[in-house]
Amino acid sequence: MTRHKLLKDIGFYALVVVIVVFSVFPFYYAIVTSFTSGTALFQVNYWPETLDLSNYKAVLSSKNFLYSIANSLIIATATVAFSLLLGVTASYALARVRFRGRGLLLMTILAVSMFPQIAVLAGLFELVRFLGIFNTHWAMILSYTIFTLPFTVWVLTTFMRDLPVEIEEAAIVDGATPWVIITQVFLPLLWPAMVTTGLLAFIGAWNEFLFALTFTSTESMRTVPVAIGLLSGASAQEIPWGPIMAASVIVTVPLIILVLIFQRKIVAGLTAGGVKG
Amino acid sequence: MTDRIAGRASGPSLRQRRQRAAFWFLAPMLFALFCVAAWPLGRTIWFSLTNTTLSNLYGGEWIGFDNYLSMRTLSSGKVVWRGTLVDPAWWNAVWNTIRFSFVSVFFETCLGLIVALVLNAEFKGRAFVRAAILIPWAIPTIVSAKMWAWMLNDQFGILNDIGMSLGLLSQKVAWTASPDTAMTAVLLVDIWKTTPFMALLILAGLQMVPRDIYEAAKIDGINPVKVFFKVTLPLIKPALMVAVIFRMLDALRIFDLVYVLTPNSAATKTMSVISRENMIDFDKFAYGAAQSTLLFAIIAVFVSLYIWLGRVDLSGEGSK
Repeated sequence: MTRHKLLKDIGFYALVVVIVVFSVFPFYYAIVTSFTSGTALFQVNYWPETLDLSNYKAVLSSKNFLYSIANSLIIATATVAFSLLLGVTASYALARVRFRGRGLLLMTILAVSMFPQIAVLAGLFELVRFLGIFNTHWAMILSYTIFTLPFTVWVLTTFMRDLPVEIEEAAIVDGATPWVIITQVFLPLLWPAMVTTGLLAFIGAWNEFLFALTFTSTESMRTVPVAIGLLSGASAQEIPWGPIMAASVIVTVPLIILVLIFQRKIVAGLTAGGVKG
Repeated sequence: MTDRIAGRASGPSLRQRRQRAAFWFLAPMLFALFCVAAWPLGRTIWFSLTNTTLSNLYGGEWIGFDNYLSMRTLSSGKVVWRGTLVDPAWWNAVWNTIRFSFVSVFFETCLGLIVALVLNAEFKGRAFVRAAILIPWAIPTIVSAKMWAWMLNDQFGILNDIGMSLGLLSQKVAWTASPDTAMTAVLLVDIWKTTPFMALLILAGLQMVPRDIYEAAKIDGINPVKVFFKVTLPLIKPALMVAVIFRMLDALRIFDLVYVLTPNSAATKTMSVISRENMIDFDKFAYGAAQSTLLFAIIAVFVSLYIWLGRVDLSGEGSK
């Protein structure tokens, strides 16, 4: 019996090890690669053998890469702020006020979050051109709303729906207007949910590729994913793997740290929203 | 004077006032969604019925369904069909997308279920494992595409090295470049990246299952495998259905991974990739718009069927 249990335990932990290695190894290998350069790159190393910082120097001394980090930060922050602003009031109405067509409206919002982005690309392209915001931050801030806003509304609504009725009733009896109820009663309670949705929306905006690729035309306006996706060397045959890996590590490490710090909140937000970041 | 007093007495009830406030709270959000979703979608569909080009967005003329399908009889009496619906490149993309979606979601569901079951067990280091599986999810898709492109590199890639030293490969494989393996490469990266998401959604469902069910089954001496299929699986089915539909929708519209990992490969080109290519790169704006409209229609039909057949309650209103 004990022997049977021992075998079972070994099998189980072997599975655990496989899961962990499979999850972590590619990023580990990107880090190892980012510290090697020159011909050392062309030998397969499983362990970090050199600590060559030249890839990082190359990437960080490139003006365009620094620009793209700034672009991504500005765009993602503005998108999150905009979505939260519109999302909080809207989700209060959707979660706490009964009105006809509420279920349908919720379904519509959910449907928008599942839109294939390509289906709105042509129309958005025209809109972006019409508003004269092609190749500016505004083009991305506007277009990212299509996936961050429905998601924000959705998660905040599910969160607010679960808050007890009593907290609101007391305020209504005191004659508070809905605006006062939102800002004074709900907002303090909503912070955890807002951190979660804000973070998930930030990650979504930070990672977006299709709109950023289509609505930018100059290298200095690119966001991080586009910059990395289109990073090329002197010739097509010569892909600069070292700098690409260094750039990848630079933009991914902050995200991973954030995700690990907020992992409980993120998991809760993901399961409430069921949306991929 | 009397009016004002009367107005106060019979003024809008609390309920009405709340509903009016709700309308104004919803209005900005609805307007924003209209601007970025409904209006562009409508314009895309409209463009698909014209011959608009990228360089002249307002110079398009109405040509009906010619971008989709048109028939012309030549003077010789031969009938020529044109349009997306008879374009082999389009059908290749449709087939690629469907194959990719079903295979990736199938594997992600199975592997996600295994990972979720592992994480649902109590063992030392569970928090560590849960943190580890979040890493692939946190990495931007473009970065993971590049990381894997490097690992899958034909000359210097570590996967070829591992395969050769373990004797699994007899020669180095150009994973992303060769038409035979390009789809496998895309599937591999997608499964790596999204299995954690699947696992977390399923885990949330698993944690709803009361523990004493397992205890009871154990006391009765029922085979754990049987418990899984007869008890656990039916109980987590709703969570599983929702997770599968979200993944499926995501898979059907895949763009970035394919675009970066296997550029210009006919073996992996999906509907999103081919639409954008026509729209932006080939200056067949209206033709690309027609293709993206078709993708939208396919996804809409798929979602309606799934919700209708599976009776999935997505809004959460039913449980209230």
